[in-house]
Amino acid sequence: MDRECSQLLPSVCAVLADSRQLVADDTFLEKFLDWFKTLTETESSLLLLQENPCLTELITCVLKLKDPSSSTLSFILRLTGIFAASESCFQYLQQRELLISLFGEVGPLSSALWEEASVRSGWVQGVHSMVQHQSALHFLCNCGAIDVIFTLQGDPSLFVASAANQLLVHMLTFSLQSFQTKLVNIKDCDWPVCAQKLIVHIEESLKSNSASRIKQSLKLLTSMFGCCHDLWTEVLWSQLSERIVYLLEEKPVHAWHSLVDLFLSMARSPVFSCPECSLWTSVTCALEHLNPAQVGRLAVGVLKLQECPQAVRIQALSVLLQPMDCVLKAASQPLEYPGLLNRSVNDSATVETLLSCRSSCASLLCQTLAHLEELQYLTYLPVDLPYIPLLQSVVTILQFCIGLATPASCLGNKISRILIGCFRVQRSALDILGALSHRESHSVFMGSVSDILLAYLKSPDTSPTVLKKSFQATLKWLVRLSEAPSSRDHWQQTEQFLRDLFLVLQKRLCSPYWEVRDSALEFLTLLVKHLREKDGFRQVLFSSEVPKLMEDLLEDPESYVRASAVTAMGQLSLLTQLISKMPGIENGNGKEKSIVAQLQEILSTDSEGFPRRAVISVFIDWLKEGHPDVLKDTEQFVSSVLQAVNSDLDWEVKAGGLELAEVFSAQTLGRLGLAACPYAAVSSSATRSTHLSESLQIFCRVKLFEFLFGALCDCDRPVAQKACDILITLKAELCEESSLREGTRAGLSTEAHGIAWLEETLRRWSSCAEPCPRGNADGAGSQDPNGVLLVLRTVDLEGLHGSLNRSSDHIEKSPQSLLQDILATVGTLEDNEADCY
Amino acid sequence: MKLYCLSGHPTLPCNVLKFKSTTIMLDCGLDMTSTLNFLPLPLVQSPRLSKLPGWVLKDGNTFLDKELKECSGHVFVDSVPEFCLPETELLDLSTVDVILISNYHCMMALPYITEYTGFTGTVYATEPTVQIGRLLMEELVNFIERVPKAQSASLWKNKEVQRLLPAPLKDAVEVSTWRRCYTVPEVNAALSKIQLVGYSQKIELFGAVQVTPLSSGYALGSSNWIIQSHYEKVSYVSGSSLLTTHPQAMDQASLKNSDVLILTGLTQIPTANPDGMVGEFCSNLAMTVRNGGNVLVPCYPSGVIYDLLECLYQYIDSAGLSNVPFYFISPVANSSLEFSQIFAEWLCHNKQTKVYLPEPPFPHAELIQTNKLKHYPSIHGDFSNDFKQPCVVFTGHPSLRFGDVVHFMELWGKSSLNTVIFTEPDFSYLDALAPYQPLAMKCVYCPIDTRLNFIQVSKLLKEVQPLHVVCPEQYTQPPPTQSHRTDLMIDCQPPAMSYRRAEVLTLPFRRRYEKIEIMPELADSLVPLEIKPGISLATVSAVLHTKDNKHVLQPPPKPTQPPASKKRKRVSDDAPECKPLKPLLSGSIPMDQFVQTLEKHGFSDVKVEDTAKGHIVLLQEAETLIQIEEDSTHIICDNDETLRVKLRDLVLKFLQKF
Repeated sequence: MDRECSQLLPSVCAVLADSRQLVADDTFLEKFLDWFKTLTETESSLLLLQENPCLTELITCVLKLKDPSSSTLSFILRLTGIFAASESCFQYLQQRELLISLFGEVGPLSSALWEEASVRSGWVQGVHSMVQHQSALHFLCNCGAIDVIFTLQGDPSLFVASAANQLLVHMLTFSLQSFQTKLVNIKDCDWPVCAQKLIVHIEESLKSNSASRIKQSLKLLTSMFGCCHDLWTEVLWSQLSERIVYLLEEKPVHAWHSLVDLFLSMARSPVFSCPECSLWTSVTCALEHLNPAQVGRLAVGVLKLQECPQAVRIQALSVLLQPMDCVLKAASQPLEYPGLLNRSVNDSATVETLLSCRSSCASLLCQTLAHLEELQYLTYLPVDLPYIPLLQSVVTILQFCIGLATPASCLGNKISRILIGCFRVQRSALDILGALSHRESHSVFMGSVSDILLAYLKSPDTSPTVLKKSFQATLKWLVRLSEAPSSRDHWQQTEQFLRDLFLVLQKRLCSPYWEVRDSALEFLTLLVKHLREKDGFRQVLFSSEVPKLMEDLLEDPESYVRASAVTAMGQLSLLTQLISKMPGIENGNGKEKSIVAQLQEILSTDSEGFPRRAVISVFIDWLKEGHPDVLKDTEQFVSSVLQAVNSDLDWEVKAGGLELAEVFSAQTLGRLGLAACPYAAVSSSATRSTHLSESLQIFCRVKLFEFLFGALCDCDRPVAQKACDILITLKAELCEESSLREGTRAGLSTEAHGIAWLEETLRRWSSCAEPCPRGNADGAGSQDPNGVLLVLRTVDLEGLHGSLNRSSDHIEKSPQSLLQDILATVGTLEDNEADCY
Repeated sequence: MKLYCLSGHPTLPCNVLKFKSTTIMLDCGLDMTSTLNFLPLPLVQSPRLSKLPGWVLKDGNTFLDKELKECSGHVFVDSVPEFCLPETELLDLSTVDVILISNYHCMMALPYITEYTGFTGTVYATEPTVQIGRLLMEELVNFIERVPKAQSASLWKNKEVQRLLPAPLKDAVEVSTWRRCYTVPEVNAALSKIQLVGYSQKIELFGAVQVTPLSSGYALGSSNWIIQSHYEKVSYVSGSSLLTTHPQAMDQASLKNSDVLILTGLTQIPTANPDGMVGEFCSNLAMTVRNGGNVLVPCYPSGVIYDLLECLYQYIDSAGLSNVPFYFISPVANSSLEFSQIFAEWLCHNKQTKVYLPEPPFPHAELIQTNKLKHYPSIHGDFSNDFKQPCVVFTGHPSLRFGDVVHFMELWGKSSLNTVIFTEPDFSYLDALAPYQPLAMKCVYCPIDTRLNFIQVSKLLKEVQPLHVVCPEQYTQPPPTQSHRTDLMIDCQPPAMSYRRAEVLTLPFRRRYEKIEIMPELADSLVPLEIKPGISLATVSAVLHTKDNKHVLQPPPKPTQPPASKKRKRVSDDAPECKPLKPLLSGSIPMDQFVQTLEKHGFSDVKVEDTAKGHIVLLQEAETLIQIEEDSTHIICDNDETLRVKLRDLVLKFLQKF
């Protein structure tokens, strides 16, 4: 603790100990505790207490107070816990009987303030901090604290209950830490008293009739098996497993949620990974006894495990597939597809009951679809998934949802009635349909997937969110098909699909709902990006009305749509340029020019930020990818963009402008052989110097530095930071030894200047940039390479970088400031009090 | 209670309800789909239509070639279009007391009923219904009368001949009853029989029943009706909507506790959600116009067009259509647009509040002001001077058989740049287009039907819980083209009773009570006697006076003194003669006590036998039998009147008199 804080601490403690002086803001106390936590990690707690007796006095004072505030008492409990974590300090406090007064039966436990959840929470947290050594454990066992913790497990405040549970986990693992090597059998060994007490409590809770007690114990075990992977956990499990299986066999299973959590937590522990472990018997039992709506999470968790018996995996997969199988069978499908399951794992009647009930059908299907989708993204799935039937069942669900499936049974009729128009299920099914694209091939797509996707894309009843999902799924399939090797026939079929798709898109782009227009544009952007190499795609695209409609949407009244139209046109323009390079394909070159102009106009005139941000990111792409219109006169392009961005008030547009400037400067330096490429041929110093001066002149012509320095002075920190980073890079490139010479020659001091000086310089530059340039070196402003170089060298970029990287509240975060704040708040209260009397 | 079903069209109903002593016609819809069998009536000579070949029978017989023309494989009657009327033979329509109209689409057959059947009753409808109904009728008459057709075809209607015709003519029902359109005087005469009513207004019909119109949310002034007596309630739901469009919201609460709910006029396109269809409409319209094409929207002059114009008002700027002219052509276009703005009290809440600002409730006023929407009575006159393309034209008739729409179909049909967008759900668009084939213009079907769909019906029925539901048979099974869609039918318990054209249903409930009023003087004279705790009885002697289906109990006339003169009493004396009444008895006779009493009075050999209905007390010595049953007591003795009276008095001791 530094000196200033030590000096302030006694007055702060005095304030805290005074029950009349309430600290108005609780967050001060939290910050105060955080500070002590950090202090005790680095310094000796005992020394801290000895050097600052005011702390011990504070604890004593609060204990003596007749009517302390609940927040102060809670604070003291937690503070004492933090100190008592060190064994020496623990002894120190115990000698003064402070611990027993705070955590024993006579302390807050028996006071009226115990009714306050904050006090109970403080007590639990204090004890939790304290349990870092055996002495603390003994103390707690002896003073009856363990029974208090058991009671707090069922506390009405969920925070307290959860903290108590965590505390028990901590105590159990801590007490057994040193015993694990000796354990062979629970009955043969001598477990610590504290651990024994806890285990007996867990066993009794599990045997009790109280659902809440059972859940508490299961939660405790879940946390414990999750954080502790010691050998004794296996011994503990062997003692409890029978009871757990009994809980599973109850009808109905009340604690299924907690049981699933427990199994998942255990299954991830290496202790139970052995295939012979009894855990797997219990998991199998859970997969059999819980209904599909309850067990889905467990099944998917099991399938994600690396170590797991194959039979359990297969069973887990069957559980997930069962509702899908049921749906497939409920619709009359052509017999070309087998069912999803050879045999039913669970009683299929349960699944059918769930599916035929309005409240459970949609949620079971959504859950199952989401779980199955999760499996698609696993890098390795250790079981064989019947992809085609699964895909077919997903398509069937989608058909049911828009009334296209023909029910084959009574169940089918019920499902049909429930699912028609159910957006939730539609969204989940479209998600997995997209995810399944990575496995399957062209024939499957053309079989049924393309039909159902088109049906959703065409249907006027498709809600905007479902439409977006349909677009996403379609994109995934099309990208997949474009990547897969396919025959000519196949691609022709895909082209037919694309033709149908573009007819739909044409309509969607004219939709009166902006969300629809926006999703259609986003979809088009990605489609163009991914399929632009495909001849067929380009032909279909340019023979449709879509490009024209996309351009029209640059003037859409909705700013989001304009932004998406800008991005889409950016991609389309790159594609058009690609075509123009190919022999025999015409494109309106004159038209393209107007696109650049249109986007520049949006950048400088659009009143909304989104379209302007979109323009700048399109320009960055164009610059990176070498858009021919940009390449024609890059300097002019960059210069005009930077000029537009410079006067923009949106910080994201500015940040985009900075990225563009960064790309441009890197390209310029790279083109002249100045890039930091390790394999580039080293140029001679004379050539290098020529190139440097050339680059500098280019930068001056496009007013790059004026823009960067302006951004450095920007009040938005991310803008200034980014500008600073770019300037530092440029400085490293441009201001080598030569700049020093230049600086000396100019007779200017090399002393580093700050922002104020820079702002003044910029003002001077801008006044020089009036229509009539005066031509002298001093007044040449941003156009003069030497002047620019001088400024670049003179501004304290490194210093600015440091200060910009610090968060804005770095001064206010210091402990000294915290202590002063506490005192200041109390002072204000006193003033008010004085006013009152 | 009976329901006579005169129309087979579920959304153009015409039913007659016999309830208590009244005969009430519920709606008077005119099925105009019959006109689809006729050739269109072009406003200007159409070379294409006039050159259509006559239809020749398979055997080469040409006797019908003047009446029937063939176009792209379909056969049409070349004559003035005719309409299929409601059934007139099922019951004598002159006995109908009142006609209740639920919305302006459901009154189009009114002149046929009021002017041709001897109807002498009253028609009840709301003001917007009447005004807009009048516009629809006037437009219809105008469309047909302005293109007089010399020829009238009737040979094909002969049953023997009709059998030889191709479908759909062959299958057309009751063609002999099809009639030409009515005339303006008939319309005026029919409308003069209407009495205007307001929502929730209670109208007494002959004191027997009370009818009340309720807002149904479907169109301006559209109503559902409650028909109730003191103890029975019938709800008639026809053409209702729960969507927030321009009309006042539907009143559902008042439909609760109905004994019977007659449900008609549900959406004709249950699979098309109106919101989605409006989106489709706008997208297709924008696409066509952007490509330089024209858009034709065949529509009625009132109804969905208001909502479409409102959507377009919001959409045209965003779609870059600000410079595209919108034309609304109808003989009643002006009146329709203006009427819509003055019926503020019949509009939805949002639109009502606009009136107080004051602003026109519908934004089409602004479209007209800014010249974006122009309206004309017909294509002749000013329209031809202002006409600019590409444009959007709203005009009638949605059947494409008459009206200005015929001209535009002929004009624009050849170009694939143009689009016809069907928004009215009343006609099959394929049938409507049949006489225009081959057609190059694009056709888009966006039926916008805001009436209740089956999900909404199911919620409504759950909410109002009627004891019985009666509906057209079409609603009790999935649509024929989508037989797997069991969600597209009414699902309720007990299952709905269904009806079809020309069927008479006996409604499944019996009237059990009738309300009778007691005059205060009579009530004063009653002396209730408590029979059981909480239950009192009194005998009432009164005269039941029934007039105008109201029943009143009046005090009986005082017993008339014998006339002083010996004059013969006149037969026409008002009050009936009353005899003094004997008191009524109640109570039960406790056998033990009765026997004890008999013994006390000297009957020593009393013997009691139990029978199925009561007891028999035998007085052997007196050779007398007292038969005591629940509702009668007999004393059987052998001509001993004194004994009988004695015994009777003993029995009466145990009973209460009142």
